[in-house]
Amino acid sequence: MLDRFNLTVYDGEFVSIVGPSGCGKSTLLRLVNGLIRPDAGEVFLDGRPVTGVPDNVGLVFQNDALLPWYSVYDNIRLALVMRGVPKENQPRRIHELIAMVGLEGFADQLPGTLSGGMRKRVALARALAYDPDVFLMDEPFGPLDAQTRISVGQEFLRIWQSLGKSVLFVTHDIEEAVALSDRVVVLSPRPARVIGDFSVDLPRPRDFYEIRFEPEFQRLHREIYQCLIQEAKAAFSPARGVAEGVHAQ
Amino acid sequence: MSVPTSRPVVSVPAQPRDREATGAARGKEAGHWSDRPWSKRVGRVLLALLLLALWEYASGRWVDPFFLSKPSQVWARLVRLAGNGELFLHLGVTLQETVLGLLLGMAVGVPAGVLFARSPFLSNIAQPFVMAFYSLPRVSLAPLFILWFGLGLLSKVMLVFTMVVFVAFYNSYQGVKSVDPDLIEMMRSMRASQRQITRWVILPSIRSWVMASLRLNIGMALIGAVIGEMFASSRGLGYYIQYSSGMFDTTGVFTGLLVVMVTAIVLEALLGWLDRGVLTRARFERKRTSSLPPGRGS
Repeated sequence: MLDRFNLTVYDGEFVSIVGPSGCGKSTLLRLVNGLIRPDAGEVFLDGRPVTGVPDNVGLVFQNDALLPWYSVYDNIRLALVMRGVPKENQPRRIHELIAMVGLEGFADQLPGTLSGGMRKRVALARALAYDPDVFLMDEPFGPLDAQTRISVGQEFLRIWQSLGKSVLFVTHDIEEAVALSDRVVVLSPRPARVIGDFSVDLPRPRDFYEIRFEPEFQRLHREIYQCLIQEAKAAFSPARGVAEGVHAQ
Repeated sequence: MSVPTSRPVVSVPAQPRDREATGAARGKEAGHWSDRPWSKRVGRVLLALLLLALWEYASGRWVDPFFLSKPSQVWARLVRLAGNGELFLHLGVTLQETVLGLLLGMAVGVPAGVLFARSPFLSNIAQPFVMAFYSLPRVSLAPLFILWFGLGLLSKVMLVFTMVVFVAFYNSYQGVKSVDPDLIEMMRSMRASQRQITRWVILPSIRSWVMASLRLNIGMALIGAVIGEMFASSRGLGYYIQYSSGMFDTTGVFTGLLVVMVTAIVLEALLGWLDRGVLTRARFERKRTSSLPPGRGS
């Protein structure tokens, strides 16, 4: 699925990966997380090859992957339990996190009673509770509507800017990618290769929404879109299609 | 983001706030008598009375009471058996076999289902064997069990066990298989151990499956116990039914059957009540753990 793939993320860097759907973006995250193994090649984390699931990497899922039978409180507690945080320190930390993502008063609710945006906040709080060095995010704002995307995005950006952890963020939304990232990496359709690597030189701290009206933002947006669309066109040209068909057999 | 205009293009009437609460959201008028909680119970009692009345009327007019007996005769028998203590002797024995066999079957079937679902290797090897044993008519095992485990309690408990264990096994197997794979992956991404995955994901998500199998199994367990008693025994409801039918005492047979039915209904209701009790207790505990004062966000 991934071909001649080479990508390096530096400490404290926010890197977004954009690419057509089904190109292997999610596969890439699961490789870094050690949930699947590469057929060939290696993944390195802090200079060490990834063999099992590393302990300093946290994955945020496209759907929230919250445990539906536990309250907001217990869903966040899960990450603390996995981290071995002593029982007496858990309640304070959980309430801190609930406040951080703006869900005060919802601690006892089950995920099923919350809106999509609120569930996303719980998932973020859980990831923050797990406190990894590298956040892997698989289209975390994908299923949200436009306004909720912006409000959750704003909050996430604010929290991240206060933490300074590395993020590998997978999305198909170029705006989101540019607004959040230090770097945007563009992937080709399957088998995925890196076909563009854009450095985002926008000042921080940024506002997730307001930044879109900067000329530099719009220039980058256009360039990344061009890069993405060119490769997609090539992929659907008849010559390439036949070649791939033969290759598949 | 509403823009004030003098003539609304679309106007949405305000919803009555208690629409959901009254259960009227499904298109019925609020306060209809069939929505009231008591209407269900009254309806059930009326249906039972209607069936009994029909039986009472038919017996002696359309059918010879020798074949069909009569509710009034059954009632009289019931009172007599309760009076001399025979009812409680038989009922006690059958209940003991039913409950022991049920618990044993669930205790073996549910973990086995979890184990098989978590280990493809094991389930691949054993699947046809489980299926083969499942398809055995368990009734035909009764004589063998009496030979192996004797005339007493054990042979009936084992028979109940064979009736119950497969339903428990297949339900918990299916329950584990239907666990959301994203949740497992989420747990794995946090380096959760098998035990932690079981505790946080598998067990809570198969809970409803296990409860469903327990409900189904109440009936199965009673069948097992009664059949076991009919083969060889000197007490129990099955023995009483068998004995009465040997004496061409249809009233006795119907009395035994009625007690079996009522037992099933009562056990089922008890289970439902227990289930709700456990649920509310769990919710209460959750409240307790999270009622600490919220800390300041950083």
